[in-house]
Amino acid sequence: MRTLESNRVLVIMPAWNEAACVGTTVAEVLALDEPYDVLVVNDGSTDQTAFEAAAAGAAVMNLPFNLGVGGAMRAGFKYADRLGYGQVIQVDADGQHDPRNIREVLNGLASADISIGARFADRGDYAVSGPRKWAMKLLAFVLSRLAKTPLTDVTSGFRAANRRAIAQYLDHYPAEYLGDTIDSLVVAIRSGLKVTQVPVEMRPRQGGTPSHHPIKAAVYLGRSFFALAFALTRKRSHLSLSIPATAGQK
Amino acid sequence: MMPNVAAFVLALAIVGLVVEMLRRKKLREKYAIWWLVVGIATLILAAFPQLLDVVARTVGIQLPSNLLFILSILMLLGVTLHLSWEISVVEDETRALAEEVAILRVQIENMTEQLPTAQKSRIENVEGHP
Repeated sequence: MRTLESNRVLVIMPAWNEAACVGTTVAEVLALDEPYDVLVVNDGSTDQTAFEAAAAGAAVMNLPFNLGVGGAMRAGFKYADRLGYGQVIQVDADGQHDPRNIREVLNGLASADISIGARFADRGDYAVSGPRKWAMKLLAFVLSRLAKTPLTDVTSGFRAANRRAIAQYLDHYPAEYLGDTIDSLVVAIRSGLKVTQVPVEMRPRQGGTPSHHPIKAAVYLGRSFFALAFALTRKRSHLSLSIPATAGQK
Repeated sequence: MMPNVAAFVLALAIVGLVVEMLRRKKLREKYAIWWLVVGIATLILAAFPQLLDVVARTVGIQLPSNLLFILSILMLLGVTLHLSWEISVVEDETRALAEEVAILRVQIENMTEQLPTAQKSRIENVEGHP
């Protein structure tokens, strides 16, 4: 087994049929000044995602079938945990998350266990409207109260975690829809992890179209309430909170 | 009232089938228990139909057949709920296995990369790489 210093950072990129942009995103991350390791979790893609990612220089984990973002992330966290990475950060393969913001989001871990790169925090021009906006506002309100810190974008997938958060994720990281963002965050907060947010700009997607359909938005609203209600009643993880924020060598 | 021969034979067939499936290990015990309960209850009722009237009267149901319907609906509800629960458990286990397999595969690939070429080709043949 490779041994790594615990200050290594793993960039986890869940990708499902993202052959068009995964290569560029991986290359952008690897071109940064900091030496990040990149793990692309190929979530049962039927296109060239795995090939493009490997060609760009990422380690590729091929899931045997599609598990959804939550499942892909859980596999990524397990991998990070086994190889002893000290910090992980989730970056979308579609290029929405600007790799140049990775350092800023990771810096948030200095004072917290989970750091979220947030869209609405006075930066960028990301705009949503209708039921989707109400849902996001309400979720942000409830989670801010829980976390006792202002959070504006709780569904953002651009988030970093330290060893304590990874350990908690491995105990509870639901694979359901919205489970990877809302549910996991609620249980993490209730288990005693500290959360903070860092304002970032989102870039337009480089492929695919975001859903603005009103019915889809309404369904999104309903499902987010559902996810939230369940998350609030779940039992918290009993962590051995002795794991310090920066653990020693594994 | 006469014992209902048709119902008795049917119940006997159900119980026989469940027992046989259990014997051949085609059915796990935890699923079989429901069907055995149903089969045995049907057997008893078919043998003594007046039992249904007595029970219906004591619980206050006017039409004995309604008691039968309520019991069957409750029982089917129980079975479906049980199956939903079991399939959720199995799905979770499958996920965990998929993650495990994926991690192991990355690790094997990393290890083979570090091996000398002669050994590498041998392992890749065994692995059956595409």
